[in-house]
Amino acid sequence: MAAGVGKTYRMLQEGRQAQAEGRDVVIGYLEPHDRPETAALAEGLEVVPRLRTRHGDLELEEMDVDGVIRRAPELALIDELAHTNAPGARNEKRWQDIDEVLDAGIDVISTVNVQHLESLNDAIFELTEIRVRETFPDRILDEADEVILVDLTPEALQERLRAGKVYSPERAEVALDNFFRADKLSALRELALREVAEDVEERRTARTLEPLSQQAVAERVLALVEPQPKSQRILRRAWRSAQRLGTEMDALWVRRPGRPPTPEEETQLAALRRLAGILGAHFLEVEGEDLVDTVRHVAVERGSTYIFVGTPDESRRREILGGSLLSRMVRELPGLDIRVVANRADRDKLAI
Amino acid sequence: MTAPLVGVAVVAAAAAAVALGVAAARGGIRIRNPKPGAERILVPFTGGTLEPTVLDAAIRLAQAEGATLVPAYLLLVPLRYSEDSPLAEQVAVAVPWLEAVELAAHRAGVAVDARIEKGRTPTHALRRLWSVERFDRIVAPAPANSHGGLTPKDLTWILAHSPAETIVLKPSPSPPPPSRR
Repeated sequence: MAAGVGKTYRMLQEGRQAQAEGRDVVIGYLEPHDRPETAALAEGLEVVPRLRTRHGDLELEEMDVDGVIRRAPELALIDELAHTNAPGARNEKRWQDIDEVLDAGIDVISTVNVQHLESLNDAIFELTEIRVRETFPDRILDEADEVILVDLTPEALQERLRAGKVYSPERAEVALDNFFRADKLSALRELALREVAEDVEERRTARTLEPLSQQAVAERVLALVEPQPKSQRILRRAWRSAQRLGTEMDALWVRRPGRPPTPEEETQLAALRRLAGILGAHFLEVEGEDLVDTVRHVAVERGSTYIFVGTPDESRRREILGGSLLSRMVRELPGLDIRVVANRADRDKLAI
Repeated sequence: MTAPLVGVAVVAAAAAAVALGVAAARGGIRIRNPKPGAERILVPFTGGTLEPTVLDAAIRLAQAEGATLVPAYLLLVPLRYSEDSPLAEQVAVAVPWLEAVELAAHRAGVAVDARIEKGRTPTHALRRLWSVERFDRIVAPAPANSHGGLTPKDLTWILAHSPAETIVLKPSPSPPPPSRR
């Protein structure tokens, strides 16, 4: 909500709770604001040393992003999400540092005041006549797994200020006459409550719809590959669709029994496995006499909904005599979308 | 009795010939299927850039020699991430590039076997690729107008360590800006 309500304290409480539950927790950056209660709560939590930089005569300290990533904890506590980093730092803003930490697979608990939310910047200016310079994009809040409001009545916050629990007495006096006036604090509190209420509502709606929508729209991509160069394209196209759908992807090679791959095919398979690894796909090798039958089993097992297959190399004669592979797939894989990955260069043949 | 039959046979043969002619005309350029053991020409590139002149030259070379073109996008894994980290953003750059290269090669009737290979540096990625696959020729783009491709240092390393005949192609310089009247 605002400085002094106890965000850092709450973050540390959450961190200690996680540690007690056996999670590996570190402090990535803590702004103790010379508050003894906060410092006491931080005791016993490992702190990643800060990065010291020199800017003119000033020695500045920032969070060591690489240090946190190297330490690779399960959870990092990183205070002041909207903070602007010292000049020369890799990222301009701390929320960008936090993005990097999250990308490295580390969970983060951070703190922020409502006035730093980008979309509220104008509203905050109208309410407080103060233009907040340090802002962060709304998507950070949208992407957070959980948003906790640390609420305090304006009167209680003013009381904390007067008691010197937030700023030094001189600074507190100035603050009480400006940003921390009761009317402004009430407006900020209202904004914070409304923002969190909207967030809770969005999450509730999403959860209510989840079981139904899961069944209706959940996707899982299955790309059928062979030890041939064209399968690289099938995998890449399947990956692009999986990305757009925000879903997982499997790559399947159906191995014929008693027919070991040739050295040439081994090379192709190794390349496909490497590509699948790079794309984050699961490479499956399943032995099966009948391709369509094997695909059906795998699709059921993996929950696949969307199958990518290359243009079959069947002869017209075989198609006429034995039925085409694609029509068999459509017939024998009901409920699954099937996409035939063509060679884009063949579009030239469409020319009249 | 025989004359009309001969006449029918001739008409049928002519119709078949016309049909074949139409099929061939609609078929456009045929991509040659490389024979097992056919020559493989590697074109490594990185940083979301491959000069069109270099690509054209590599395609012409593959066309002339009936070889398979292997465009390989070298994906760089920053040191702060483990080598197995998913790099969706970089892959999202690499994939359209490979599609474009594949299309250009197929239009020229050249067989393609594209790769994405990752490593800490371009040379690291190349070393990995060379250790598992055979190449008969390497066409390396020299750094020129664009940014983010192979560096002079990378090229020196390629020339020193390449397992096959290597051609370094310098892209044509940027055309001069149009003169103003």
